[in-house]
Amino acid sequence: MLLEIVFIAGLINFVAHYYGLMKNFSAFTLTLWLLGGMVLLFIAAPLLGLFLSTGAPKLFDTIQDREVTRSISLTLWASMAATIIFAIGAIPLAWLLARRKFRFKGLVNALIDLPIVIPHSAAGIAILGLVSRDTLLGRIGESMGLSFVSNPAGIIIAMAFVSLPFLINAARDGFSAVPEKLEKAAYNLGASPMRVFFTISLPLAWRSIVSGLIMMFARGMSEFGAVVIVAYHPMTTPVLIYERFGSFGLSYAQPVAVIFISICLLFFALLRYFSNRTALD
Amino acid sequence: MIELKNISKKFRNFSLKSINLQVEQGSYFVLLGNSGSGKSVLLETIAGFYSPDSGQIFINKKDVTNLSIAKRKTALVFHDSALFPHLTVRGNLMYSLKTGKIQRSKWDSLVNDMASLTEVSQLLDRYPAKLSGGEKQRVALGRALLQKPHVLMLDEPLASMDVTLRSNMRSLLRKINRSGQTIIHVTHDFEEAAMLATEIAVIENGSIMQCGKPAHVFQSPKSEFIARFSGYKNFFEGNIVNNNGHSVFRTKNIEIVLSDSEAVGYGFAAIRSEDVSIGIEKPISSARNNYRGQVTSIEQYHSNYEIIVDAGQEFSAYITAEAMKELALDVGSWVWVSFKAFSVKFIEK
Repeated sequence: MLLEIVFIAGLINFVAHYYGLMKNFSAFTLTLWLLGGMVLLFIAAPLLGLFLSTGAPKLFDTIQDREVTRSISLTLWASMAATIIFAIGAIPLAWLLARRKFRFKGLVNALIDLPIVIPHSAAGIAILGLVSRDTLLGRIGESMGLSFVSNPAGIIIAMAFVSLPFLINAARDGFSAVPEKLEKAAYNLGASPMRVFFTISLPLAWRSIVSGLIMMFARGMSEFGAVVIVAYHPMTTPVLIYERFGSFGLSYAQPVAVIFISICLLFFALLRYFSNRTALD
Repeated sequence: MIELKNISKKFRNFSLKSINLQVEQGSYFVLLGNSGSGKSVLLETIAGFYSPDSGQIFINKKDVTNLSIAKRKTALVFHDSALFPHLTVRGNLMYSLKTGKIQRSKWDSLVNDMASLTEVSQLLDRYPAKLSGGEKQRVALGRALLQKPHVLMLDEPLASMDVTLRSNMRSLLRKINRSGQTIIHVTHDFEEAAMLATEIAVIENGSIMQCGKPAHVFQSPKSEFIARFSGYKNFFEGNIVNNNGHSVFRTKNIEIVLSDSEAVGYGFAAIRSEDVSIGIEKPISSARNNYRGQVTSIEQYHSNYEIIVDAGQEFSAYITAEAMKELALDVGSWVWVSFKAFSVKFIEK
């Protein structure tokens, strides 16, 4: 019922919009609007439905639930940590991919995209195989008092694994878009390679890199499959939503989802706002 | 002093072919060539962006062939300025100072002096996106000069400017050169080359065709290409003198009447061969320039003829096959060479 209402409202809005903006009527553009509008609706309707079906009292109760707030803060900081820690290596890698020729570069590029295309449960299994207690890495961690499994460290690794491609690809495209001539001009003015990187390449690619950082952060935060295999506990919010759905049903999972989505949206709006502002400066 | 010895470099569909050049300290060296002749690539090779397949580059007698770009001190001003878009004009100018060994306390005054020399003092806090083409070039020039380079290399620096700006920029470049700065300037514009150069090299298809003083290169072009390049086969060096209220161009041996009464100073007079006519008698016509001389050579030039006449200066004239037949010219014939004052182009140095 709700979905139908949303759909009709959207259609009315769209038709009104169409007549307001498009003076040159043509059947073809109408078709384009219709098809495109349906896809937009398809994205908006479930989210809108989710928000409308969750009552305010329930949301209020859920937001005071310590388990929920703890999972949200864990998700946010783990994803942020994953982004920052792995950016230290990902940004130089992106520069190398954009500027240097080397053997098997095509293979490296394909490898980087791999985490996007493989099932994330499989990614989780692979990571677990790398960091579980009986592996070399696991033992090294253990000896330093750090366990990856069922630990934020494991969550960070799982998040980074699936979200790194977004940063590397965006940063590589950003570096590629910097005119090589500007780097040459800087060398010509006596600058060392390091200085050229920090004063020319990095600032000029910064906008793409920030956009990649935001994408990586977003993707890490929303990761479920890989995280749930490496660390069911402590629970990140995607895992918590799944757990509440499994144990108590839809109506218990919905408010958590609404709160998490709202916080994500707020975060991205803020990040976008600030990154656009710094880019304009 | 910059010296290139047998520099060769193969690119995908182009190559530099054993280039030998010598650019003396303090000279204004113009590399003249069409687009695709390899002149920009040669500059970038001197700057170190490409390493040659063979040959050596010397700067002040030191072999720099394998030295990194940053250590060469060969400042290159790109055709499109290549200013750093994220830095202000001041930031751009300062860029080389930050890599150099000059004390921080001196930076401001160095930047301000350079800004006033290149007339960008009002623009210091602007970003390159807000500058005109001419302003960008001046900033790029200042940025290049602040590193006190062994050689200043300019890639078509006047190409994107209108006539007035060009003339200002030329005076600025002359001023910089007179202060002792060695300059290598790349252009496709023959007049620009004649105006600025103390030394010219003509480059075509990756090879240096001819090298020398501008008057010499244009006066006795070694190849058809060079002559065609300038479009002027009659090319004389001399001074404008005032003769009874008229401006007259005086070479060592002859005087040439100009239509341009504003012309002053030292420079070149250039006349196209197609504007020069040949007669047996002294013509009674509007042509203000008439000289008697002897034919020294007759060459078939496509379906026409090129006649060289020695009349105190050597003149080249193109005449048709029909005229050739009618005049019955021979080497040694005495003829009159004439051309209008309007056919003379004065190029001020």
